[in-house]
Amino acid sequence: MTELDVERIRKDFPALHLTVGGKSLVYLDNAATSQKPQAVIDAVTRYYAEQNANVHRGVHYLSELATDLYEKSRKKVQKFLNAPLTCEIIFTRGATEGVNLVAQTYGRAHVGAGDEVLISAMEHHSNIVPWQMLCEEKGATLRVIPMNDAGELLVEEFEKLLTPRTKMVGLSHVSNALGTVNPVKKMIAMAHANGTPVLVDGAQSAPHVPIDVQDIDCDFFVCSGHKMCGPTGIGVLFGKAPRLDAMPPYQGGGDMILSVTFEKTIFNSLPYKFEAGTPHIEGAIGLGVAVDYLAELGMERIAKWEDELLEYGTRLLSNIEGVRRIGTAPHKAAVLSFTMDCAHPHDIGQIFSDNGVAIRAGHHCAQPVMQRFGVPATARISLAFYNTKADLDAAAAAAEAVKKVFD
Amino acid sequence: MAENRALYEQVILEHNKSPRNFREMTCADCKADGFNPLCGDQFTIYLKFEDDKIVDVSFKGCGCAISKSSASIMTTLLKGKTKKEAESLFVKFHALVTSEPDAPVNAEDLGRLAVFCGVREYPVRIKCATLAWHTMLAALDGKGDPISTE
Repeated sequence: MTELDVERIRKDFPALHLTVGGKSLVYLDNAATSQKPQAVIDAVTRYYAEQNANVHRGVHYLSELATDLYEKSRKKVQKFLNAPLTCEIIFTRGATEGVNLVAQTYGRAHVGAGDEVLISAMEHHSNIVPWQMLCEEKGATLRVIPMNDAGELLVEEFEKLLTPRTKMVGLSHVSNALGTVNPVKKMIAMAHANGTPVLVDGAQSAPHVPIDVQDIDCDFFVCSGHKMCGPTGIGVLFGKAPRLDAMPPYQGGGDMILSVTFEKTIFNSLPYKFEAGTPHIEGAIGLGVAVDYLAELGMERIAKWEDELLEYGTRLLSNIEGVRRIGTAPHKAAVLSFTMDCAHPHDIGQIFSDNGVAIRAGHHCAQPVMQRFGVPATARISLAFYNTKADLDAAAAAAEAVKKVFD
Repeated sequence: MAENRALYEQVILEHNKSPRNFREMTCADCKADGFNPLCGDQFTIYLKFEDDKIVDVSFKGCGCAISKSSASIMTTLLKGKTKKEAESLFVKFHALVTSEPDAPVNAEDLGRLAVFCGVREYPVRIKCATLAWHTMLAALDGKGDPISTE
């Protein structure tokens, strides 16, 4: 396995060459959204300039072309996630919509009064609130798998929480606030032994580690295109076909039907049953190009390079006095959350920005995680394969600048 | 680092490090909680009156340098003021931080508040600068509900 040629890769990303406030941009906010390679930008532009038509309608040339491109993207995503069937790939607006879709269809049909939904202590709000809403509606209870001080889930506690009342498990693959990689394969096997299906939130794993939904055996997997070099507003829900088949539709409208009379509607087959209305065509096409791009680089090589960066960045931060790292699990991916004694995360983010370094400061849509670690917020460096050790050096220099201003 | 200086004036940094009137007040006549969910800033403002004048004001909580120093400087300006005067000071401060970055600043009129003119260059920080002030207004109005700047 050859190493990534990061300098060559960086040439593919126009935004990485921006200057902000007279300084070269150092982009370390990839967990929020990734930058886009020229190939994706071109695909979206080309679609509107040369291929624009509605899909699954009409026999004219452009419509056939757009449909073909849209459906080819579905196949590319299927391959990227190693899903058994193309029809198991549903295009959504993003990971958030994927979770809501499952909660509102599978969840409403299977979770009842007195039942329990189990999620982890490190979930993003998008894998908390949809389940909370469902539990409130149904008179069910939301239970939480605890974690230790390093930010690792307590698997033995998870086992205890699995009971006949547990009707659904929602689990992040990689924590956006801590970077922890959860042992999802093992936990899914435990849930299945209890007869409970599992939804894996892959928003932070799909851009960073190889995904094999058959190997981990999840029932549902969601991710967001914009975090994996694709356009915003497009995401993916993978679901095992028998589960998706048995689920009621999410939204009604065009495309999701076979026939409609005022008396009765016959729903379309998978995946169209869950794609009501004109979809985000250029988004899906762009996402297809994005996963091709990632696959060509190789997810294993990406993971390996990011691990090297993570180790380098961890060492840099550890050497700065007054820095506390939040999330110190041995198995992590791409995220370095931290606080500084001398400054609030918001001020850290500001000084970083003034030094050209883009990071996130805040609760990262994971307020329960902040409460668990007793901090109001953290500053977060999040990596992508196009980052370099020089980027992390710039971050470390910015941290020193913070100390200079606030110490 | 010239850019930082525009926002983090020395006075701001100094109040952040050593906030004035940073204490609970058990005998307060009114108090209110303020919360900025975006960045987790959280302050309680306490006010004590004699007749119609503020005779003591203090705050507790945590937040970024901008929100904390703004709260601190605010407490130094409110003593001796009536409710009406406190409200008009808020209006003046609010007008400053929400004005265009290149609008003229009447430093004489604004006094110590003028150090916050750098906030105008950073729209996301306006909420930080005004959190304590909104909370103070809520305390004046005797509203017990937490104030959110979202």
